[in-house]
Amino acid sequence: MTEVKTAPEPMAATGGETDQPIVETRGLEVRFALPTHFLSREKPVLHALNTVDVAIKPGETFCVVGESGCGKTTLGRAIIGLQEPSAGEIYFNGQRIDQMDERTRKPIRRDMQMVFQNPYASLNPRRNVFDTLAEPVRHLMPEKSSSEVRAQVEDVLSATGCDPSWQRRLPHEFSGGQRQRIAIARALVTNPAFIVADEPISALDVSIQAQILNLLTDLQTERGLTYLFITHDLSVVEHFGTRVAVMYLGQVMELADTTTLFATPKHPYTRLLLDAIPQLEGGSFDKPRTPGELPDPVNLPKGCPFAARCPLATDLCRKERPRLRQLETTATQVACHHTE
Amino acid sequence: MAMLEIDDLRVAFPRGKTDEIEALRGVSLRLEKGERLGVVGESGAGKSMLAFAILNLIAEPGRVSHGEVRFEGENLLDLSDRQIRSIRGNRISMIFQDPMVTLNPVLTIGQQMIETLKAHRRISRREAHRLSVEKLKMVAIPSAESRMDAYPHELSGGLRQRVVIAIALLTDPELIIADEPTTALDVTIQAEIMALILKLCRENDVALILITHDLGVVAEVTQKLMIMYAGKCVEAGDTQTIIGNPKHPYTSGLLQALPQKAERGTKLYQIPGSMPPITALPNGCPYHPRCPRATEECRAFMPDMKQGVACYHPLLSAEETV
Repeated sequence: MTEVKTAPEPMAATGGETDQPIVETRGLEVRFALPTHFLSREKPVLHALNTVDVAIKPGETFCVVGESGCGKTTLGRAIIGLQEPSAGEIYFNGQRIDQMDERTRKPIRRDMQMVFQNPYASLNPRRNVFDTLAEPVRHLMPEKSSSEVRAQVEDVLSATGCDPSWQRRLPHEFSGGQRQRIAIARALVTNPAFIVADEPISALDVSIQAQILNLLTDLQTERGLTYLFITHDLSVVEHFGTRVAVMYLGQVMELADTTTLFATPKHPYTRLLLDAIPQLEGGSFDKPRTPGELPDPVNLPKGCPFAARCPLATDLCRKERPRLRQLETTATQVACHHTE
Repeated sequence: MAMLEIDDLRVAFPRGKTDEIEALRGVSLRLEKGERLGVVGESGAGKSMLAFAILNLIAEPGRVSHGEVRFEGENLLDLSDRQIRSIRGNRISMIFQDPMVTLNPVLTIGQQMIETLKAHRRISRREAHRLSVEKLKMVAIPSAESRMDAYPHELSGGLRQRVVIAIALLTDPELIIADEPTTALDVTIQAEIMALILKLCRENDVALILITHDLGVVAEVTQKLMIMYAGKCVEAGDTQTIIGNPKHPYTSGLLQALPQKAERGTKLYQIPGSMPPITALPNGCPYHPRCPRATEECRAFMPDMKQGVACYHPLLSAEETV
């Protein structure tokens, strides 16, 4: 992960399927310029993503976990093309997509779709289900005739467990779980290979969450989908994820196989997150906890962003930001000076 | 006599000119001094309605149509507005979900705390200030003295919720009702806040009614548990007993649907369908359309609470699952 700055070797679009990641980011950064104070010369900048390098393999469920403000949603939006990166590169099947103009990018958009957190906000209340689902096909696959569009909509409705009779109905007639099914159907209607799912179950009731998670699992098996699954819920990751990236203040702190991460968490922040999961057996809230807050992402500390909350922090951590590095003993990558 | 006794509490809202529908359909419970109770259910199950009804806070046009809420033997529903104000926010405190909504954005933390104290106690400003700082220290707010002059927007979400807890503790209440106190917060902050609430309740012998949808949080914090569905209590009892050995098919389904209960890579148990809205409840047991054990009896009659469960076909042993 040290050769981030070097020019990427040209990759054939049909290269070796086993090795080539479906989505890759290199040194990805997103910065937001904040309004300046009229008396001040300072130009405050919020660092939402700080040199993020991830490579997502075809067919896997790549989970991104972290607390609010850690940049997990920004990462998803940057990859899908809803947020322009400030620096770095994004590849899809070996093709660089972040600098493409809209016309060349359009055919790629069919292959990358997104499911949003809140199905009450992500569906247009004035559009019936058929129009909502037909829109992406009409826009991204203009070669389709109207009967083909209709067939495609009906296919995806039955694949996501929606009733065909829903087509003429409006979003307000549906419950949260039904709406999320419709939102998933909309993401799948152009037959994409890659889906960004941004907290797709956190707005839903407990008994509905399992239904939607099972639906996502089924669709992955049937269609060979690759997921970028953004969540704050580690118990969902443990059940559902292939690999996990733990993010903190715009940086990946730890990246590992799900089983490895839960069995041997390496980064102190990962351990803090795991300790925060309430247990059905009880008793884990009796442990002493040190209160901690996320530092201000506008004035990022120079060193490790986690240093202020970290029990292992030393002067080195406060001075120098650790880079994500491969551990020798396990397959884990970790950004910490004090982990072996 | 228990500290809090609720009998057959019902809340109704008008529908049309003459009709009424019930949002809370007969809930009873007992809470002893210093005891912690969790109330769990999906949105629309009536959990918050129960909290509001206990404090006689049901807003027009809704009303408590039936039942009693006895706090230390006194029926809170019979009290005048003036009388209930000496209990609400004083002997019974509340913590709500979103601290940004609970706190007044144009008053400093100190002003809000002192105002609360002066409303309930005859004390000087200086004494109120001293007590407020003491409570802020109790909830582990760093540099408490200077935070008194801060406005809510200057604090992070976790600190704001700590302030709300400090305000709830100001009057040394006997009971705290916390309605989803950590739902708006991050996981690590949730753990901190819930651990703090647990510690403070234990140390000061304060009773707690914790309303949440998170069975994990309830397992960590409470001793007793009540599961609500469609305005009714369907199962009640000791928290760890219910979690280890749920009797109602709904409770069992909720627990089995948790990802931490399932083996990695396997499919999760899923409860079919969704909870009916209170405007369109089925006959009989409200859970029967989703229940794998439902029979003719369930479709016709609502089962009463017997041995902690309202079900004609409860699960008998821990091995049994729906």
